[in-house]
Amino acid sequence: MSRDGHQAERLEVDPIACAGHGLCAELLPELIELDDWGYPLLANGGEVPPELAALARRAADACPTLALHRLRVAAAAGVGRATP
Amino acid sequence: MTASTPRLMAGPGRGTVALGDHLALHGLPALESGLGAGALADLAERAGLRGRGGAGFPTDRKLRALAEARRAPFVVANGSEGEPASGKDRTLLTRSPHLVLDGLQLTALALGAERAVVAVRAGAGSARAALATALAERTAAGRDRVPVEVFPVPAGFVAGEERAVLNALAGGPPLPTVRRPWEGARPALVQNVETLAQLALIAAHGADWFRAAGTAAEPGTTLVTLDAAVVREVPLGTPLSELMPGASDANRGASDANRGASDANRGASDANRGASDAHRGEGDANGGAGVRALLVGGYAGGWVDGAAAGRVRLLQADLRPLGATVGCGAIVALPAGSCGVAETVRLMRWLADESAGQCGPCLYGLDAIATALEPLSAPRRPREDPLPRVRRWCGQIDGRGACRHPDGALRMLASALRVFAAEFDDHVRHGACERCAAPSLLPLPAHAATPEEVAA
Repeated sequence: MSRDGHQAERLEVDPIACAGHGLCAELLPELIELDDWGYPLLANGGEVPPELAALARRAADACPTLALHRLRVAAAAGVGRATP
Repeated sequence: MTASTPRLMAGPGRGTVALGDHLALHGLPALESGLGAGALADLAERAGLRGRGGAGFPTDRKLRALAEARRAPFVVANGSEGEPASGKDRTLLTRSPHLVLDGLQLTALALGAERAVVAVRAGAGSARAALATALAERTAAGRDRVPVEVFPVPAGFVAGEERAVLNALAGGPPLPTVRRPWEGARPALVQNVETLAQLALIAAHGADWFRAAGTAAEPGTTLVTLDAAVVREVPLGTPLSELMPGASDANRGASDANRGASDANRGASDANRGASDAHRGEGDANGGAGVRALLVGGYAGGWVDGAAAGRVRLLQADLRPLGATVGCGAIVALPAGSCGVAETVRLMRWLADESAGQCGPCLYGLDAIATALEPLSAPRRPREDPLPRVRRWCGQIDGRGACRHPDGALRMLASALRVFAAEFDDHVRHGACERCAAPSLLPLPAHAATPEEVAA
């Protein structure tokens, strides 16, 4: 999240861990809204613009079930997705 | 052995192919010398083998991913077959267990695995009996270097998902996880039992032999389950019209020889198959061969209009543009005169109930969609058109589960909304039709244990 040479970052939800508390949408409405059942929908595939990196970190840290992950884009394919 | 069908189902008589007959047909000297992981992956790549469990992932890529694992993986032959419209895995295990076990052994040896497992649906008695006999024959003959266990997987649509199988093998509930099988401390390779049997055939007879059936892009034969009752081995690329129950026998050709091998103990219901009246206002225009539509690829597949069946082949190249998939090869025909809306609504409710209940968008979203759709085929007319809401939810839920269960359910629904567009419109305006109350043509077995029940 450093201002110079920032690392591209993406948010990803662990759908099993997520219990729909909705704190992430409160803290980061720029990127996250909730569906009709209170589970997060990520804008732009979760891509985090550099100016929102600090807020994204706060949202991830605030998740009561630690279900919101910040991933560097190079390693972003790993969590939360199905079989090959 | 010739390159024509049957291949997987080849052998004398209709019962289980014994080890002696299996050796006469396939030999497989590679089992003594052993192939390295790279050589086995190269062979699978030259043959163009893709997984036969439903996802159709290239087999060579799975093998290479596991060959790079830090620890020796264990290898699982997945025959858990949670799809009610499919019986091909149990039929294959009953007919040709040695092909599956050869493929499992080849893979385990190539990857240096110390443990190999055949996961079989609990209750699949004939398949488990055939496996037990085959394993005893192999032990007596000293054929297997990697010990093989048979593991019963509880029934349930999601229980056959590969990470659900691994979770069950590790002593947990048969539910999907977010971790990929080749990651983590205990890497594992999970292959569908038919994929392993095809791999054994390729190792025995060669990649070119394998490619003599099917198309260049989608080579080989595949097992299909028709109307949840009959299992056949057919070349990929076979027109759907040849696979439709009710298609004339003249169209069925040489591959018909395998039909006798289908498992007798499938629970499919044949009730109400004879209905031939046209749906209200639809006439017979849509059902050229007396078939209104085909559900292709199982319950996570897609509906294909019966009128198109002559032009559509059993290929991803033909089915993907229609929103369907080869999937696990399960094909169910909906006769002209039955109600596609009622079938779809019941199936959607069943799929919602089969959610493992772990991911909110799947647990709540599929249930909301099923609940919104149910008035369309219920005695009382719907108070409002549920389809705009349903379409909005479909857009929200796709891709948001840990496994692909919600995506598959939505694929089925999206194809139904296209193929049965006129019928859905009719039901939105007028409510249930006289066919809505007919019993389901799709087997929808009592819903499996919920996570709470599993944990209890």
